[in-house]
Amino acid sequence: MEIHVIHYLVVSTVMLFCGIYGFFTRKNLLAILISVELMLNATNINFAVFNRYLFPDQLEGHFFSLFGIAVAAAETAVAIAIIINVYRNMKQILTDDITDLKG
Amino acid sequence: MNGFLSMQAEFGMVAAIVVMLLADLILKRPNHKPLQALAVVLTLALTVLCLTEPAGEAFGGMYVNTSIASAVKAILTAGTLLVFTLAGRWLEREDTSYKAGEFYMLTLSTLFGMYLMVSSGSFLTFYIGLETASIPMACLVALDKWRRHSAEAGAKFILSSMFSSALMLYGVSMLYGTSGTAYFTDAAAMLAGTPLQIAAMVFFFAGLGFKISLVPFHAWTPDTYQGAPTPVTGYLSVVSKGAAAFALTAILMKVFGQMVENWSLLLGIVIVVTITVANLFAVLQKDMKRFMAYSSISQAGYLVLGTLAGSGQGMASLVYYLAVYVVANLAIFGIIGIVEQQTGRTDRDAYNGFYRTNPHLTFIMTLALFSLGGIPPFAGFFSKFFVFASAFHAGHWLVVFLALVNTIISLYYYLLVVKAMFITQTDSPAPAFKSPALARTGLVVCLAGILVLGICSGVYDWLTDLSMQF
Repeated sequence: MEIHVIHYLVVSTVMLFCGIYGFFTRKNLLAILISVELMLNATNINFAVFNRYLFPDQLEGHFFSLFGIAVAAAETAVAIAIIINVYRNMKQILTDDITDLKG
Repeated sequence: MNGFLSMQAEFGMVAAIVVMLLADLILKRPNHKPLQALAVVLTLALTVLCLTEPAGEAFGGMYVNTSIASAVKAILTAGTLLVFTLAGRWLEREDTSYKAGEFYMLTLSTLFGMYLMVSSGSFLTFYIGLETASIPMACLVALDKWRRHSAEAGAKFILSSMFSSALMLYGVSMLYGTSGTAYFTDAAAMLAGTPLQIAAMVFFFAGLGFKISLVPFHAWTPDTYQGAPTPVTGYLSVVSKGAAAFALTAILMKVFGQMVENWSLLLGIVIVVTITVANLFAVLQKDMKRFMAYSSISQAGYLVLGTLAGSGQGMASLVYYLAVYVVANLAIFGIIGIVEQQTGRTDRDAYNGFYRTNPHLTFIMTLALFSLGGIPPFAGFFSKFFVFASAFHAGHWLVVFLALVNTIISLYYYLLVVKAMFITQTDSPAPAFKSPALARTGLVVCLAGILVLGICSGVYDWLTDLSMQF
C-alpha cells in the first residue's frame, strides 16, 4: 500500500489530541511535559509532510520543523530545571499536592 | 544593507545583553546597585533607539519593521525601564542580591524576543520571537528559588506556555499546508476562508489567547502572577501581554484580513466572556497580586477590543491603551512590591489605614486605580474611550455595550482597595516607608504618565498617524 499525506495527517492529529488529553489528565509534572512534547512533535510531522508532498520544491516546512525541534529542546531543558526545583522545595511532583496557589 | 538599519534596536538589545552579562562577571559582589544603574541606562538608550528606528525590511522579508511597531517597542522598553527602577528593593534582599545580573539579563532577553515578535514578517520569526520571550520568562517566574510558590508558579507557567505554543504551531502548520508559505504577505494572498484555514485560525488564536490570557485560556494567570516575584509579575502583566496583544492584532489584520467576519465574531465573544468572568472573580480576591491578575485579564479584554475594529484606528487605540495601562499597572505593582518587602504581606488587609502612614504612596496608588477603572480626567478614561470608539465605529455596538457595563463592575473592586486605604479603621496600619531614590523616580514617572498621557492629545494623534502607515 502506498502511503499518502492523509496517513501522516491521521498520525499527527492522533498525536496532537493524545497530547492534549494527557496534558489535562496526567497528575505527574513529567508526564505532562511528555504530553506537551507529543503535541510539538505532531506539528513537526505536519510541517515536514506538507512540505514533502504538497510543496516538494521548497524547504520552508523543513526549516520550520528544525526550528521547532530546537526550540522544543530549549523549552524542555528549562521545564525540567523548574520541575527539579519544584521537587527540591516540595519533595514530590504530583499536581494533586502542588496546590499552594489557588482561589 | 539598508534593511539592517531598521534593526538597530535589535542589535542594540543584543549588545545590551552582552554588556549586562560581562558587567555581572566583572563587578565585585554584591553588585546589585551598579547593575541596576547600568540596566536603567541601557534601557533608556534602547528606548531612544526604538523611537528613531526607521521602517524597513531585512532577511528577505522575514523581519519587517513598521513605524507603529517601533512605537510599540519603545513603549515596551519604557515599561521595562520602569520595572527596573522598581525592582531595586527586591534585589537588595540577601537571598536574591547575587542574582541581580541574571534578573536584568533574562528580562532583556525576553524583551528581545518581544521585539522580534512585534516586527516579524513571517511565522517563523514570529515563533522564534515568541519562544525567546517566553522561555527566559519562565526562568524569571521561578527566580525566587527557595520560595515554593515561585517554583510552583514557574512550573505552571512553562507547561502552559509550551502547551499554547504547540497549539499555535499546529495552526501555523495547517496554514502552511493550505498556502505553501510562512510569510505574512504571501499567506494573506492565499487565504480564502476554507474550513481548514478557519481551523488554523482558531488554533492560532487559542495559542496566542494563552499568552494574552483571554478567558477560556486564562487558568494559569492568577497562580503564576501570585507566585512570581512582584517585579516579574508587573513585567508579565504589562510588557509581555502588550507585545502578544499587538502581535495578535497585526497578524489578524495582515494575514487573516480576508477572514474578518470569521475572527471578529470569535473575538467579540471571547472579549465579552473575558471581561465579565475576570471581573466577577476579581471581586472575590483578597490577595493583591491575585486580584491584580484578574484585573489584568479583564484589562486584556479591553486591550483586544482595539483588535476587534480591525482598522488603523483600532490599532492606534490599542497601542494607546497599552501605553496608559503600562504606567498605571506598573505604579500599582511598584507599590505592592514596596509593601511586600517592608511588611512581608500581599493581602488587601495590609493596606488598611495606609493613608495615615504613607500619604504619598496612597495618593499614587489611588490615581493609578482610578486610571485603571477609567475615571476622568485620568489617562485610563481616554484610553477606554478610544478603544470603545474604534470598536463602535466598526459596528460592534453590542460588545461595546457589554464592556461598558463591565467597567462599572470593575470600578467596584478597584474602589475596594481605595476604601481599605482611606476608610477602613485599624489599630496597626503599615509603618511609614522610605523607598530608594530610583524607585521614587519610577513612581513619579508613572504618576506623570497617568496625569499627562490623557490630557495631552498629541500622543494619540501621533499613534494614529503611525498606524495609518501600517
